Amino acid sequence: MSAALAIALAVQMQGMDHPGHMPGMTMPAAKPAATAQARPKPATRATARPKPSASAKRRPKRAVPSPAVAACSPEHAAMGHCEAPMPPASADACPPEHAAMGHCTPPVAPPPAAACSPEHAAMGHCKPAPAGTALPAGDGPAPAAPSPTYADRIWGAAAMAPARAQLRREHGGATFSQVMLNIAEWQPRRGADGYRWDGEAWFGGDIDRLVVKSEGDGRFGARASGEVQALYSRAVGPYFNLQGGVRQEIGTDRRYAVAGIEGLAPYWFDVEATAFLSDRGDVLARVEGYYDQRITQRLIVQPRAELNLSAQDVPRDRIGAGLVDAELGVRLRYELRREFAPYIGVSWERAFGETRRLRARDDGGVALAVGLRGWF
Amino acid sequence: MTRISDTAASPRRRDILRAGGVLAAGACLPAWAQSGTPGIAPLPTVSGEDIRLRIAHRMLTIDGRASHAVGVNGTVPAPLIRLREGQNVRLHVENALDEQSSIHWHGLLVPFHMDGVPGVSFPGIAPRSTFTYEFPVRQSGTYWYHSHSGLQEQLGLYGPIVIDPAGTDPIVSAREHVIVLSDHSPLHPHVIFRKLKQQGGYFNFQKQTLAGLLAGRDQREAERLAWGGMRMDPADVADVTASTYAYLVNGHGPRDNWTGLFVPGERVRLRIVNASAMTTFNLRIPGLAMTVVQADGLPVRAVTVDEIQVAVAETYDVIVEPRDDRAYALVGESVDRSGMALATLAPRAGMRAAAPPLRPRPLATMKDMGMGGMAATATATTGGHDMPGHKMAGQDGGGQDAAGQDGGAEDAAGQDMGTMSHSMRDFANAPELKRTPTIQTIAPMPVDRTGEPGQGLLDVGHRVLTYRDLVATARNPDTRAPDRSLRIHLTGNMERYMWAFDGEKLNEVTAPFAFLAGERVRVTLVNDTMMGHPIHLHGHFFELVTGHGDFAPRKHTVQVQPGGTVTFDVTTDAVGDWAFHCHMLYHMHAGMMQVVTVRPRDAVPA
Ligand SMILES: [Cu+2]
Repeated sequence: MSAALAIALAVQMQGMDHPGHMPGMTMPAAKPAATAQARPKPATRATARPKPSASAKRRPKRAVPSPAVAACSPEHAAMGHCEAPMPPASADACPPEHAAMGHCTPPVAPPPAAACSPEHAAMGHCKPAPAGTALPAGDGPAPAAPSPTYADRIWGAAAMAPARAQLRREHGGATFSQVMLNIAEWQPRRGADGYRWDGEAWFGGDIDRLVVKSEGDGRFGARASGEVQALYSRAVGPYFNLQGGVRQEIGTDRRYAVAGIEGLAPYWFDVEATAFLSDRGDVLARVEGYYDQRITQRLIVQPRAELNLSAQDVPRDRIGAGLVDAELGVRLRYELRREFAPYIGVSWERAFGETRRLRARDDGGVALAVGLRGWF
Repeated sequence: MTRISDTAASPRRRDILRAGGVLAAGACLPAWAQSGTPGIAPLPTVSGEDIRLRIAHRMLTIDGRASHAVGVNGTVPAPLIRLREGQNVRLHVENALDEQSSIHWHGLLVPFHMDGVPGVSFPGIAPRSTFTYEFPVRQSGTYWYHSHSGLQEQLGLYGPIVIDPAGTDPIVSAREHVIVLSDHSPLHPHVIFRKLKQQGGYFNFQKQTLAGLLAGRDQREAERLAWGGMRMDPADVADVTASTYAYLVNGHGPRDNWTGLFVPGERVRLRIVNASAMTTFNLRIPGLAMTVVQADGLPVRAVTVDEIQVAVAETYDVIVEPRDDRAYALVGESVDRSGMALATLAPRAGMRAAAPPLRPRPLATMKDMGMGGMAATATATTGGHDMPGHKMAGQDGGGQDAAGQDGGAEDAAGQDMGTMSHSMRDFANAPELKRTPTIQTIAPMPVDRTGEPGQGLLDVGHRVLTYRDLVATARNPDTRAPDRSLRIHLTGNMERYMWAFDGEKLNEVTAPFAFLAGERVRVTLVNDTMMGHPIHLHGHFFELVTGHGDFAPRKHTVQVQPGGTVTFDVTTDAVGDWAFHCHMLYHMHAGMMQVVTVRPRDAVPA
């Protein structure tokens, strides 16, 4: 059998991509390379792939194994029996036409695996030579990243610029806001009914936000006591925000500088720790936290705790050094909607140490609460 | 009746059922409103060399309830565009909205400036203006098109594309139906996105509860503690759920009963398109096996299964051969099993099969947290995973066992859980990542999950398609070894609802993913999050590295399972700039998108 015939036969069989032939059946295993080279075009094609841009110079779709060229020894070439290989050139210098003529060798040359079809391989009849995605990847360098403005060439930079800005703004750069009243309740008490609120609002992006917090309580017919904080908030991790700003007391002229951290602790605890420095140099601190335990999809119980601490006695504000006061509460809410959840609860307040003495008339106790948790 | 463009004559609809003609009641209603009537019209079809599409506001009626939508030529989904391989097409798209719009031809290989992504490939279609797309049609198969502007896709701006091969179709069927799966909410998409930003779990009404614990459902106490310690919610399977979504087949809700007819014994080809904004569908037809013949428009060797997880933006062509003279339910169950898309295949209009009940929702497992390697080890040591006599979960609600079994695997590794919680964000496992708040977790030991059924389908008791089952029918056009490899992390933060590649949202990205023309690159996507992400590369097909050598399946979108990896080889042969993004609409909108640049080798970088 002449070499040419063997090649032609093998080409045909490979082109058929048909089970029923095995490596070495029609030709020596040492020669599959010649087969591949002789093959003019892949007989089996995936869905046609357009070449969108003429400027996209492509390497040959089918790699041509380099051993093929060895079949043409210099002696043979000299006799005109075959064409000697050109020295290997870079990928760009080796267009498919040239490669087909054997003038050059495109890089990476997996031997064709068609001789061992996947069906056969699955039956254990043969072991396919690695090809395509079975080949290991090289460790070539990545090209330098250009500016993604290729569309400017067609539509003009002026037309593209606003669309590009909008694209970036919309995909991750948007700002949002939320107003949340975690506590807004009425507390029936002996003597005078009271009320209590605790909420915050934020506005901004994912990382930087303006946050306004407010909490306080009072009794109907008397002045409320409470505070408003205006803070800059910055995300410092997946769960926590650092916050700093000012706090203004309601009902007094006291002002504080605020520095704090808030976020989501392990086990889903919402926690907040804040330090306050008053305009008279007093240092206070607050630690608070709550936890949402779902009983059903909409019925949720929220235990909550708040501790206030002071570094010094501040008699004018009826604050003693150490643990100033504590508030523990538990509230059971029903989320009619996520944003709208009436609740009932009970809260317990107490002052400690020097504070307790300073607040002799008003040191807390247990109170029932009926309220509404709402946000938008 | 439905307004179809002038050139909308559809001479080539030989295979498509024309059941709509029999609907007298529908005569004065647009196609989308012909609901509640047995037998529903196929989508209007447009074809030819010149096609006119008009984007405008619409009302959409689903199961009798009207809601606002954006449609094309008066319909949602948009008309079926039917083309033939080898033709040229000009698509004149009129934007009748008061905001910018666009259409992207998903899966079509077009010149990059015709790809339709505002800010990447063109400036967008300005309000009240017309833009003409023109390109040669160089492929065949099932594809789709959708808006790439704002959140219009969620409002209804999507439709199917079918391209017939230039020669005879090797896939023989007596008839075919195009099945467009989608999701629609009465809430405006901006509201949906805002809610997610304000409270990541806003739409999830299938969380674990104390009542569930007491009733012995879901995770046991120790597991709940371990997951709580990591601040991870195993019930977080879908961001947007049936609590606001209606799941649609060709624009129709379950009660609308969209029906595709067949003659018993026929080979029926279903061209399935998941055109949802956010919904991964588990598709099955109880009582009928499905033979997958195409994936993402390209032919694959026939593989017969009972269920397919269809990720967002994927398409599958399947052949079914219903033999009985009865109705079959076509069920697209959302991955979190909060609801389903439902349609009917029947020999006559007006029939309907009983819908199977929703199966219990899956819970995320250790593997979904990227501890695949560890789970495997733990299972191997205890030998508990493939337990004999394990009850298969049927359609009768036994799917709970799936979670139970996974729970077993977790128990086996339970002793690791404590230490694990500390390593869920260990940058040593991904030193290339920047430490940003967008990265909530880093998969400690992610594994290739392309050989597994999708999330929640491990133990459904019947054959489920996996990516490894897909084998191309033709040898891949480029079988070179990759010159280099690239690892891209899919990252997110459920608490802040931030999503990104490599921890950087598109608005923060300073450099695109760069490629040279004709480069062959092996890309590994590492999912550091607990949600599946359907990742789509524009302008290219890529070959999945799933052990099939030069017959690798070629796709335009690939679902990366939670905590898993997917590797593909891509030949970047299309010069230009291309969008590369998660096809979960709100993930993309939150930042999970980048630009891929492909530059000629001889060009000066620009
Ligand atoms: Cu995503």
